[in-house]
Amino acid sequence: MIITSKIVKYIIHFILLLIGLIWIFPFIWMVLGSFRSNTDFIVSGNPIPSELNWDNYTRAWVDANFSGYFVNTVIMTVATVAIVVLLCALTGYALGRVDFPGKKTILAIVVGIMFIPKGYTIIPLYELVDQLGLTNSLFGIILAESSGAHTLFVLLFTSYFATLPKEMEEAAIMDGCGFVRTFFSVMLPLAKPIIATTVIMQFIWTWSSFLVPTVLTISKPELRTLAVGMQNFVGQYSTDWAGMAAGATISLLPVLIVFILMQRYFIEGVAGAIKQ
Amino acid sequence: MAAKNSNLSKFKRSRQIWAYIFIMPQAIVFLGLSLYPIIMSYVYSLYSWDGASPLTNFIGFDNYIELFQTSRFWSALLATVIYMIGTTALGVGSSLLLAIVLNANNMKGKAFYRTIYFIPVIATTAIIGVIMKNIFGIDGTVNQLLQYIGLVDQPISWLNTSTLAMLLLILIGTWKNLGINMIYWLSGLQAIPTDLYESAQLDGAGFWKTLFHITLPLLKPILVVILLLSVVSGMNAFDLVKTFTNGNPYHTTETLDLYVFNYAFGGGLTGATTRMGYASAAGVMLGMFTLLISGIFGLISVYTRRKINKETG
Repeated sequence: MIITSKIVKYIIHFILLLIGLIWIFPFIWMVLGSFRSNTDFIVSGNPIPSELNWDNYTRAWVDANFSGYFVNTVIMTVATVAIVVLLCALTGYALGRVDFPGKKTILAIVVGIMFIPKGYTIIPLYELVDQLGLTNSLFGIILAESSGAHTLFVLLFTSYFATLPKEMEEAAIMDGCGFVRTFFSVMLPLAKPIIATTVIMQFIWTWSSFLVPTVLTISKPELRTLAVGMQNFVGQYSTDWAGMAAGATISLLPVLIVFILMQRYFIEGVAGAIKQ
Repeated sequence: MAAKNSNLSKFKRSRQIWAYIFIMPQAIVFLGLSLYPIIMSYVYSLYSWDGASPLTNFIGFDNYIELFQTSRFWSALLATVIYMIGTTALGVGSSLLLAIVLNANNMKGKAFYRTIYFIPVIATTAIIGVIMKNIFGIDGTVNQLLQYIGLVDQPISWLNTSTLAMLLLILIGTWKNLGINMIYWLSGLQAIPTDLYESAQLDGAGFWKTLFHITLPLLKPILVVILLLSVVSGMNAFDLVKTFTNGNPYHTTETLDLYVFNYAFGGGLTGATTRMGYASAAGVMLGMFTLLISGIFGLISVYTRRKINKETG
């Protein structure tokens, strides 16, 4: 469809820009707020800081322990992403390129799991992690975060590997590569677009995860992630708005950067999700 | 010949064995960390259990019976349904409008707007909740602004008024997810063949006629999917509700998943006893409701697809 009238176009741009500004206002508020002082916050309604105040970052990073939360979040996210990509690529490769008995059943389970009412699985997960003795490390959180059928990613890998030409695999076999080496040195590198989609989507999900790290760190505050640690500002630091804004900026900036750099893959993944 | 055949089948066999080995890790993770917890969430719901002592006190369906007799449970279900309907009604239509505008061929800055409107989707919900709590706080930015331009004399107590708090939850939830619906719509719009538009233009159909006679009818199947996804995400709003209103005032914005959380893990915070069995039963009910609603939409989806297939060929 084509919008012809020039005036209509200008009006549309004006509306889109205005709403767009309101749309990202909370983030602008957050970044500006992170440089304001707390008195500034209470006294003045002007969201623009009168001077650049880096103390808020020091306070969030050191006093509110965001340095620890940041490291925890990075470890949790990177480990979970690596596990999920590996699991899904392996499964997708087997399902996409090999004919074996039971293949259809497995595909049916991968899709069918979405239609089981889940109940409150965090309670058994919490018990399981506890029984495995993993409540004292990030490992329990990583395990819980990696759980799931990963239906979308498995299907993306499966259909991608299924379309790769047979010749690529045959050439690798001719060169003396076994099944495993063919996968790791020839086929997996070809799946870069799917890997990118999986990495960025899982990265954003895990980084933002709230319930699992909340529950698994109930008695272990030092293992908390950024999303959970933000709650510190609600209780004991309830008046420290500037510190909270700095903490929020520290938490959201990495995701924003990753998204803006790799948004093509993320949006392709989201669009792919609806076609499945 | 026989040797070659047996070599071939040996090769095939080894590939199959490798395939099983490749699937094994995901299968173990799935069985242990997904299926086992799902089954156990059902099992726990049949026990009176505090989460710490051994699981011995089997009580059948008593947790469910108690649940159905508790008004706080029904009010949580009502809050969930209001939130779900509110976010779906607001989000699905407005995201279509945005997608249609951004899909116009000669629009400049499409990628720019798409990024802007998508940013809330990737921002951590739990952090959004805390930020919004401040923006809508009693002396937060919104109240300061409203007082500055003279719309109100007294600051509005957004979070202590049930209807306002719920309204804000719905608005923020819609804002947060609009970008994802926009992408869904865009992928549906881009799947419409361009020659349909071209022939419509040749026939002299204007923007609105094209919209109502070509675009919207062809989007019906994707509408059903978007409604389904929107409804399911509306049923699970834990992160935002927990961090923004925490169910306040007086549990009026307490959604079902927050209700479950409060019974399962809120004990440590409020000093009340932890009731894992009861919480599990509530969790199972939440899962059932979600499945029921998605089942209805699933059926509609199959039905519309069939109808369209019949019409087109």
